Amino acid sequence: MEAALQTNIQTCYHCGDSCNDEPIVAHDKAFCCDGCKTVYELLEENNLCTYYSLEQTPGISGKQPLAESRFAYLDDAGVETQLVNFRSDTISKLTFYIPQMHCSSCIWLLENLFKLNPGISESTVNFMRKELSLTFFHQQTSLREVVQLLARIGYEPAITLADTDGKKTTRYSRTIIYKLGIAGFCFGNVMLLAFPDYLAVTNSLQRSFGSFFGYLSLILSIPAMFYSARGFFTSAIEGLRQRMVNIDLPIATGLLALFFVSIYQIVTGTGPGYLDSFTGLVFFMLIGKYFQQRTYDTLSFDRDYTSYFPVSVTVLKDNQEEESIPVRNLKVGNRIRIRNQELIPADAMLLRGTAMIDYSFVSGESEPVEKVVGEIIYAGGRQVGESVELEVVKEVSQGYLTQLWNDSVFSKQEQAQNVGTYANAAGKWFIIAIMIIAAGTLAYWVPRDLTMAMNAFTSVLIIACPCALSLATPFVHGHTLRVFGKNKFFLRNTAVVETLAKIDTVVFDKTGTLTEPSAAEVTYKGKALTPVQEQNIKSVLSHSTHPLSQRIFQSMPGTTTSVQNFKEYAGKGLVGEANGQLVRLGSAAYLGINAANAHDNLQTAVYVSVDGVLLGYYTFYNVYREGLTDILEGLQDKKIAVLSGDNDHETERLRELLGEKASLNFNQSPMQKLEYIQQLKQQQQRVLMVGDGLNDAGALKQSHAGIALTNSITNFSPSCDAILDATAFNKLSKFLAFSRKTMKIILAAFAVSLFYNVIGLTFAVQGLFTPIVSAIIMPISTLSVIVFASLSVKIAAKRAGL
Amino acid sequence: MFIIFLLIGISVLVAAGFLGAFLWAVRSGQYDDDYTPAVRMLFENEVGGSNKPAGNKPPARHT
Repeated sequence: MEAALQTNIQTCYHCGDSCNDEPIVAHDKAFCCDGCKTVYELLEENNLCTYYSLEQTPGISGKQPLAESRFAYLDDAGVETQLVNFRSDTISKLTFYIPQMHCSSCIWLLENLFKLNPGISESTVNFMRKELSLTFFHQQTSLREVVQLLARIGYEPAITLADTDGKKTTRYSRTIIYKLGIAGFCFGNVMLLAFPDYLAVTNSLQRSFGSFFGYLSLILSIPAMFYSARGFFTSAIEGLRQRMVNIDLPIATGLLALFFVSIYQIVTGTGPGYLDSFTGLVFFMLIGKYFQQRTYDTLSFDRDYTSYFPVSVTVLKDNQEEESIPVRNLKVGNRIRIRNQELIPADAMLLRGTAMIDYSFVSGESEPVEKVVGEIIYAGGRQVGESVELEVVKEVSQGYLTQLWNDSVFSKQEQAQNVGTYANAAGKWFIIAIMIIAAGTLAYWVPRDLTMAMNAFTSVLIIACPCALSLATPFVHGHTLRVFGKNKFFLRNTAVVETLAKIDTVVFDKTGTLTEPSAAEVTYKGKALTPVQEQNIKSVLSHSTHPLSQRIFQSMPGTTTSVQNFKEYAGKGLVGEANGQLVRLGSAAYLGINAANAHDNLQTAVYVSVDGVLLGYYTFYNVYREGLTDILEGLQDKKIAVLSGDNDHETERLRELLGEKASLNFNQSPMQKLEYIQQLKQQQQRVLMVGDGLNDAGALKQSHAGIALTNSITNFSPSCDAILDATAFNKLSKFLAFSRKTMKIILAAFAVSLFYNVIGLTFAVQGLFTPIVSAIIMPISTLSVIVFASLSVKIAAKRAGL
Repeated sequence: MFIIFLLIGISVLVAAGFLGAFLWAVRSGQYDDDYTPAVRMLFENEVGGSNKPAGNKPPARHT
C-alpha cells in the first residue's frame, strides 16, 4: 500500500486527477485541491473510507467550489412540495437524478448517506437510471440540508425546471413483463394438456378426457387472448382506422382464426383445437416485442429546455436584498443576480459586472463570449467568473431560445415520421396473398366437400399467421441496437435502425460536431518573436483568466518569469511588464489599429505589442474531430451539407475536407437550420442531422433521424432519435453502413419464414393441416427465425468491426 | 381414473402459485433494476465499530 502511494503521489487520492501544481498532502495522501481534501476528511471522520477501497480514486473533483447559498430555493415550501414524492407527518420521500454516479463506490457511499446525516433514514440507488431514492425525517433535517450534503461530497443532484413541471410518472412500464409472464404460464400449461394429442397411443385417454382437457385449456388461454395478445389487436385496429395495413393485421386475423376455430372444435367435440399453438405464438411474439421495447432507460431522448433550466433564481429587491424565487415567476423588469457557473434563465440585459457567457449548450461554442453592460444576454448561457446583475427583458417562456420550442415541430407528436417500415410493407402484401390463397382454396373445395372447404379455409388463415415474419424485425433490430450500444451509439428505439438505413443526405452542424469543442489551433502571424519576447508574452498571459489568453498561453512553449504592473481591461485586453518590457495584448481597437489595417474582421484575433511596437496577432482555427476524413469517405454516396451558426471564415478548409459537392451554409439561426431541413425533406430526401447544441434542437427534431453528439452521454443533450458519444464519432459511417446491412438480414429472415409458410400452406390447402402439424411447424419456424436473426447480426457486426 | 382430474387440478394450482409469485415479484419492483442489487450484495457489512445504532440498519428496498 505504501509503495502504491509513492508511485501515485502525483494523482489525487480522491478524484484521480493529476495534481498539476503542488499536491496538497494530508493524512499521507495527496489531493489535487482543497475540495477533494475536504470530502476525504468528511468521509474519514465518519468511517466511510470503504469508499476508497472499493474502487481506485472514485471521487468527483471538488475543484470548483460553489456557494451553498444557491440552494436557498429549496427552503421554499412550494418548491419542496413539487419535488417530494410522498410526505407524511414524519418522513419525506423523493428521488434525485444524479448524473455523476459512475462506479460501485458511488453506490456504496450514496447508500450509506445515513451515516453522514442521521436525519436520512434510507437511500437506495438505481444505478442504471442514475437515480437515488431518499427517505428522510423532515423534523431532523431539511431538503436543503440533504441536497447540500450530496453537493458537498460531489454528487450534486440535477434539479431542473422539468422536475417541477408536475409529478412525472417515473414508473417503468412493467406491462410487457406481466404480459410475457402470463402468456408463458398459459403456454406451458396448455402445452401439457395438449400433449396426449400428439401421441396416437393415448387415444383411449383422449376419448375419456378429451373434453375436460379441451375446456381446461380453453380457460387457460383466455388470459393469453384478452390480456397478453391485446396489443396486437389494438395495433391492427388502429392501422385500419388510418387506412393502413400493418404487420399486426395478419397477426390479429391469424390469432382470431386460431382461437375461434379452437373454441368451435372443443365445444362441438370435433377436435382438440390449436390452443397450444395459439398460446405459444402469443408468447414468442411477446418475446419479440420485449426485445423491441428494451431501450436505454438511462438515457433521456425527450429533453427540452426545461430539463436544462434551473428551478430558481436570485432576485434583487429594491432594497438590495436577495431573494430566491422560482424561475417560472420571473417577470419582465426583475433584477436578477447570476453567480459563477449559474445559468441565465431568461433573456436579460446586463446591468453590472463583466459577463463571460458560456453558450456551449446552446451553440456548441466552447469559448465564453464576453458581454459588456447594456448588452442583451440570451437565455441558456452560463456565466463564468464574477457574479453579475441583470434585468429581465423577456419572460422565460418568451425567450429567444424557448421560442424554438413553440414551433409546431415540437408540438407534433411522433407521427408517420418513420417512413413505412419493412415489416409493415411486407404485412400488406402478405395479407393480400393470403386472402387470394384462402379464396382459391374455398373455390376449389366448395363444389367437392363442404366441411373440407371450411377446414381448409380456416387452416390457411391459421398457418399463414406471419409470426416468424413479425419476429424477424424486432430481433434483428434489437440485436443491432445492442451492437450499437456497445459502440456508444444509443438509439431511441428499434425503428430508428430502419430510418438510418434509408438515409441519403447527411447534414452536420459545424461547431462542436465537426470540430473539437475543447481545442483550437493557435497560429501567430507577424514579425518573428525572439525567445525573450515569447517568454515575456507567456508570462503576462499567465496572469489572465480570459479563455483566449489561456489558449495562447497553453500553445506557447517555455517558462514564465515574474510580471509587474499587470492590468486587465475587460472586453479590451491586458498589459504587463516582464523583464522590463511592456507587453500589451488585446483587440485591434485596444492596440489602436484601425479597422482597415485589421486583417480580417470575421476571425477572432489577439494582437500583441512589445514596448509599443506592434508585432503581430494570434488567430484561432477550429480543430476538426479525429477520423472526420474517414467518415466523409464512408459517406461518399450521400449528399453532405453543413449548417453553421458561425461566420464563414472557415469556408476554404471545409471545402477542402468535404469536397466540391457539399453545400455549406453559414450564419444559420436555429430557425433557419430547421427550415433548411424542411426544404430538404420537401425535395424527397431522407435527412440525417448530426448536431450537438440546443440550437440544433429544431433541426434534429425535424430531420428523419437526428443524432445528438455528446461528450458525456448522461449530460444534457437536445431531444433526438439517437445519442452518439463523441469518442465514437469516427464510426458514424460504419453505423450507417451496418444499419443498411441489417435490412438485408431482415429480408433474408423474411425468406426463411416464407419457406415455412409455403410448407404450411401446402398442407393447409389440401386440408391436411392437423394439430400435430401445427404443433411442429409453428415453433420450429419461430425458433429458427429467432436463431437466424440473432446469429447473422452477430456475424455481420464482427465483420464490420463493430 | 378420477386421480387424473385431481392431479391436473393440483398441478394447475401449483403453476398458478408460481404465477402469483412472479406477479408479486414484478409488482414489488424486483424487475425494475437488474444491475444495482448485483453490486450491492458484494458490499461487506461493517461489523461493530463506531456506527450510530440508529443508522445501523441495512438499506432496505422500497418502492
